[in-house]
Amino acid sequence: MPEDRINSFRSGPDAQGRFGDFGGRFVSETLMPLILELEAEYERAKTDADFWAEMDDLWTHYVGRPSPLYFAERLTKHLGGAKVYMKRDELNHTGAHKINNVLGQILLARRMGKTRIIAETGAGQHGVATATVCAKFGLKCIVYMGAHDVERQAPNVFRMKLLGAEVVPVTSGRGTLKDAMNDALRDWVTNVRDTFYCIGTVAGPHPYPAMVRDFQSIIGQEVRRQMTEAEGRLPDTLVAAIGGGSNAMGLFHPFLDDPEVAIVGVEAGGRGVNEKMEHCASLTGGRPGVLHGNRTYLLQDDDGQILEGYSISAGLDYPGIGPEHAWLHESGRAQYVSVTDDEALDAFKLCCEMEGIIPALEPSHALAHVTKVAPDLPSDHIICMNMCGRGDKDIFTVARALGVDISG
Amino acid sequence: MSRIAARFEKLRAEGRKAFVSYVMAGDPDHATSLEILKGLPRAGVDIVELGVPFTDPMADGPTIQAAGQRALAGGQTLERTLAMVRAFREGDAETPLVLMGYYNPIYSRGVARFLEDAATAGVDGLIVVDLPPEEDDELCLPALAAGIDFIRLATPTTDDRRLPKVLENTSGFVYYVSITGITGAAEAQAEVVGPEVARIKARTDLPVLVGFGIRSPQSAEAIAGVADGCVVGSAIVSEIAAGKPVAEVLDYVRGLAEGAHRA
Repeated sequence: MPEDRINSFRSGPDAQGRFGDFGGRFVSETLMPLILELEAEYERAKTDADFWAEMDDLWTHYVGRPSPLYFAERLTKHLGGAKVYMKRDELNHTGAHKINNVLGQILLARRMGKTRIIAETGAGQHGVATATVCAKFGLKCIVYMGAHDVERQAPNVFRMKLLGAEVVPVTSGRGTLKDAMNDALRDWVTNVRDTFYCIGTVAGPHPYPAMVRDFQSIIGQEVRRQMTEAEGRLPDTLVAAIGGGSNAMGLFHPFLDDPEVAIVGVEAGGRGVNEKMEHCASLTGGRPGVLHGNRTYLLQDDDGQILEGYSISAGLDYPGIGPEHAWLHESGRAQYVSVTDDEALDAFKLCCEMEGIIPALEPSHALAHVTKVAPDLPSDHIICMNMCGRGDKDIFTVARALGVDISG
Repeated sequence: MSRIAARFEKLRAEGRKAFVSYVMAGDPDHATSLEILKGLPRAGVDIVELGVPFTDPMADGPTIQAAGQRALAGGQTLERTLAMVRAFREGDAETPLVLMGYYNPIYSRGVARFLEDAATAGVDGLIVVDLPPEEDDELCLPALAAGIDFIRLATPTTDDRRLPKVLENTSGFVYYVSITGITGAAEAQAEVVGPEVARIKARTDLPVLVGFGIRSPQSAEAIAGVADGCVVGSAIVSEIAAGKPVAEVLDYVRGLAEGAHRA
């Protein structure tokens, strides 16, 4: 069926690791041999039934998959339009979708004989997931985290330490996710022979964007099955928050070739997508460039210097976006919008009060978009948003934003 | 003949090893940086490597990172770096000058426009850390077509199977990275580096220079002794960071150059 393949949105990346013009392998020569080795190992693992059997077993018994697909009845009534479903990936072990991918990468690291795992983290969810799986398999774990994020995500820092990981605060730049990724890459280049770099999002050099997507696609695969069981059909609209874009890609990818399913990615609009760059909306407010091993949309100045984004959500505070999202944006298959801090906070509160679910600030962005569009949609329109993380880690940030002192 | 080829021919004729210095364009400020740049040839530098500042220098240690940040804080841009090259060329038509940095500022300017401006300014070669041979269509091949050398990094992880690919479109010279790591980190060991350089030289006629982890005249001498020359960056940048006057920085460079030239 060559025609089907040509028309598919799911056939990327090509042999060069490109999604259209995006992606690629923009890394130093020191890392290149290892990246090729990783690609070869992943290609072997992908078709190895034993590998997926081990993944399935861990997903079921360690993570708690499948995560529920939940009909948010009160919220739906409140909004008075489309039916709103939530994919409850916040109920996974460690409280977010991140562990889906970490398990896959750590199994690969074990196959490759690597004994030392490094990771970058923004909100700390990927760091916690990596520390968790490393503890389970007895692997040494070092997590790079921007000093600013260490401060605003103190509970997750403590969790990682409890799990036996070493947390390295990164002070270069503004001390957020971008800078943590720089230092993780510096570590990798230095310890390339025994170290596996467990990237937390669908970015970085090929094969990471495709590999992380494949591990996260369990989200969308489950939604297909669960929605068909619940409603007898596929959803009309998918909505997910995007920093690097791993939870979104995991939800979207299994639906890319279903043209009747609208796909919406929600970027962090911070204080508003404006000239001052007080946001992290790479697609809305950036342009193509090369950073961290791939070509994608980046927040940058006229000289090609990378700008520090801003978001209340540490997990979305990244000036780039996964290359496959950049391609879906340019091809028009997915739509990308942005939501401000204030809108996300309102959605956060609404979700707590209406559904008894404390969402992380990241999916609060997705939910904010849902609250904007659902009222104008008919009652037979089905929206599925990805509740990709729980909000325990964010209560201090939210309290501060609401002017409440909970330090005592 | 390119300036780089002419320089290596001259060095061979004189039986000398090459000494290459790296400084960051615009560090600590534009004027001082230009003064240092202009003084390098008289301090014994055979090839000048000029760093192009970038916000996210992933292969560099804290010393070069900080230099880039100082330069950017002072308003250095790729445009101003090219202006520095033009100013350097007004007084020196012979010393090869190589720009070293990361791809995004070049990509942002536009490859075709950049290459035209770089060639006009008198840039002889490029070292772009995040462009491995797999991405040669991006800049390497267009640069070669524009008459600018594309100098590739070979590293301890570049095994014999991969080496031909790395050497294939390399020109000017081969830059062997002495360690797996970032700039300004571990010290290069001549007894480890020597066999690696020999391994590369067995497969190419290009000169092989060694950089990363060289920080004293003795080290420069030892490493240059097992290669066609050596590159020193972080050690010089540290002198600039310490606020030394230009004359002292150049004296320090002279000491390193003499070390390399003793080899």
